[in-house]
Amino acid sequence: MAYNSILDWVKFTDPMTSSGYPYGDVYNLPYDIGYKIWELISGLIAWLIDLIVPGNEVSTFLTETPLLTNLLSITLMVVVIFAVGFIVNLTMIWEERKVLGRMMDRRATRVGPLGYFQNLADGLKTFLKENITPSSADKKGYMWALTILIGTSVLLAFMIPLSGRWFIVDYRTGLLILFGLFAIAPFMILVAGWSQNNKYTLLGGMRAAAQMISYEVPMLIIFASVALMAGSLNINDIVNAQHEYMWYIIPQFLGFIVFIIAAIAEAERIPFDLPEAEAELVEGWQTEYSGMK
Amino acid sequence: MADMWVTMGPQHPFSHGLWTLKVRVDGEVVKDAIPVIGYLHRGWEKECENRTYPLIIPMADRLCYSASMTWSHVYCKVVEEAMGIELSDRAKYLRVVADEICRLQSHLMWLAAMGTDLGNLTVFLWALREREFFLDLNVKLCGQRLTTNYPRLGGVRNDMPYFFERDCMRAVNRFEKVLWEIIGLTDESSIFLSRMRDVGVISRKDAANYGLTGPTMRGCGVDFDVRRDDPYCNYDLLDWEVPVCKEGDAYARYKVRIEEMFQSCEIIRQAMAKLDSIPKTDPIRVKAPRNVPAGTHFARVEDPRGESLMYLVSDGTDRPYRLKVRSPIFVNVSASKHLVQGVRIADIPAIMGTIDMCLGETDR
Amino acid sequence: MASQNFIKAPSVEEIVTALNADFEGKVTIKRTKARRVFVSCDRESIYALCRYARSILNFEQASSVCGVDWVDHLQVVYHLSNYFTGTVLEITVDVPNDDPHIASVALIWEGADWHERETYELFGIIFDGHPKLERLLTPQNYEFFPFRKSYKLRGQN
Repeated sequence: MAYNSILDWVKFTDPMTSSGYPYGDVYNLPYDIGYKIWELISGLIAWLIDLIVPGNEVSTFLTETPLLTNLLSITLMVVVIFAVGFIVNLTMIWEERKVLGRMMDRRATRVGPLGYFQNLADGLKTFLKENITPSSADKKGYMWALTILIGTSVLLAFMIPLSGRWFIVDYRTGLLILFGLFAIAPFMILVAGWSQNNKYTLLGGMRAAAQMISYEVPMLIIFASVALMAGSLNINDIVNAQHEYMWYIIPQFLGFIVFIIAAIAEAERIPFDLPEAEAELVEGWQTEYSGMK
Repeated sequence: MADMWVTMGPQHPFSHGLWTLKVRVDGEVVKDAIPVIGYLHRGWEKECENRTYPLIIPMADRLCYSASMTWSHVYCKVVEEAMGIELSDRAKYLRVVADEICRLQSHLMWLAAMGTDLGNLTVFLWALREREFFLDLNVKLCGQRLTTNYPRLGGVRNDMPYFFERDCMRAVNRFEKVLWEIIGLTDESSIFLSRMRDVGVISRKDAANYGLTGPTMRGCGVDFDVRRDDPYCNYDLLDWEVPVCKEGDAYARYKVRIEEMFQSCEIIRQAMAKLDSIPKTDPIRVKAPRNVPAGTHFARVEDPRGESLMYLVSDGTDRPYRLKVRSPIFVNVSASKHLVQGVRIADIPAIMGTIDMCLGETDR
Repeated sequence: MASQNFIKAPSVEEIVTALNADFEGKVTIKRTKARRVFVSCDRESIYALCRYARSILNFEQASSVCGVDWVDHLQVVYHLSNYFTGTVLEITVDVPNDDPHIASVALIWEGADWHERETYELFGIIFDGHPKLERLLTPQNYEFFPFRKSYKLRGQN
């Protein structure tokens, strides 16, 4: 039987030459990874199908169509970025829990080697819990406030480039969009706290909204000063401008300190966790959200 | 915004027991408060009328389960007064040591709970670790960690075990050093200080009027301690001081309790030294008659939370006719309405934490 | 009132003399011990006696107010405490069964407030002039008074 080598089907071409490369002339690493993963998968499937039914069109369709290639490599790029973000997050939380535990004279996380998988176990447990909706809560506000809140926060996280070749979007006014998305969060927290029909969550929501709005003002002023120094609202440009000059933390160290404090307050971490105050308001505006929510 | 009633209800992380505090708030400022208790009412005093005198001692332990030694002590004291018997020196000093160990572990539990209320979880774990050493001492002395059932009518249950003095001195010496570390977490934390200073202020006149007792009262400037002013069990032969603070805010009450812990260590040391000098042939228990002569008597003792008083009406049989328990927290909680006027909701855990509630003795 | 001078730290003898002088016939001193004075009083003069104890004899704290059920009559027992000498004054007042009213001292000492509520709900003694005489420890819909001897527990008969 005529046997075509697998290398006929699994070809690693340069992503920047394929039509439909979305980033112009800037090399983008996650797109490259996604592109290569898709080529691997499509080449394998095409080769297998070709072995059984030689000379079919599905195989050529899978490997030769630039639209399909583009679409799926973007999908896989998103998966890659999400996976990297997830693992970084996991590592940071693990490190914090372990160190905090040792300060309190106890061994903190125990699942997995050195306790690394504790967060995965906790996440799995939360997923498996029952989603209870209080019957007297306002259903639309209850669901949508949370969705929009998490959605915009994730959008924000993905707008920040991690290096010269690791970015998703490259808007000319990226910083302005960031401003806008930041401002949605306090309102959604207020709606979430209010819609649960519970006096505690209302108080917690009001406190959270007050805190977040007031700490946004210094944060946005610092953003504006950085944009002024770089001369552009494009985040990549700001990063590049620091190559030529020096890291902006040095001339703007005061801004750096203020920004760190304001960011901790925005995230409601200790010592700014009055809205979540465990002592009197149980979980603040998140009291009635159980399970995955 | 109009006033609304928020129920800091029976299930609540800060409430240290089962009670409700309904507060009327205008935004975040408290205008009025109504405490509601009675969830744990067991009819203790009525049950006592149905039992013989020795059987009530374990019941007295469970009145306030975190300071159980002093409650059985006050019960035995009132019955011994009714019987007219006098304890031997050895039994007295053993009761003193047991009481002070109870005070130390109760105050450590208070410190742990105070830390949790204000969000400081490290203090919680460190204070409970120290408390374990004193609970171990309880186990060595009488076999039980918390509800100890150690005093008996006429004395105590058993003498100190063989190495108890060494263990006790080790625990007390270590604790005096470690307590400095623990209060370094709170006393030097500006967040703790700003949350506790000038919050929940009670004047001296109000403290006497509301009937507050114990560290709550001594933090307001009233210089009164049952151990020193109405002494029992040879407390007047030991050399120690009563801490008093004049400011009357939550921080003053906190300071009084911390200093009381240091003074308790001092008392334990001296009592152990005195126990060394008493001959071993001194009996630890005097024979108590079965029937108590008829009459009315009362006795009071300095509980870690205040002044606990028991009033006994006996009618010549072997069961009490009426036994009334005056619990310090019952009165301190009734004053909570005045304590939280005008503060914000976020200050309520700090104020109620310094009162150190234990619902078992409130509801009986 | 004969001696109206405020005594800050009265000793037992001073208390006995003052009570004998000012409350002739209404108050009987039953016995005294070191730092203890036991006194019984009649129903009409209890308010005046408590007033006197607070303002003249400086008994600043009402430690406890409780009730006792002697089957043919009820009794209210007050314990008052002085901070400067550590003295405790115990006052017993007899209250008849068919007319269980007595003046409330909650306006003199606020610490007696909840004690009187508890005595009311457990014995049925009504304190006139109390700001809020309601059930405290037992549920609101109880209609009987648990601590009276007529309410028997399972082991009693």
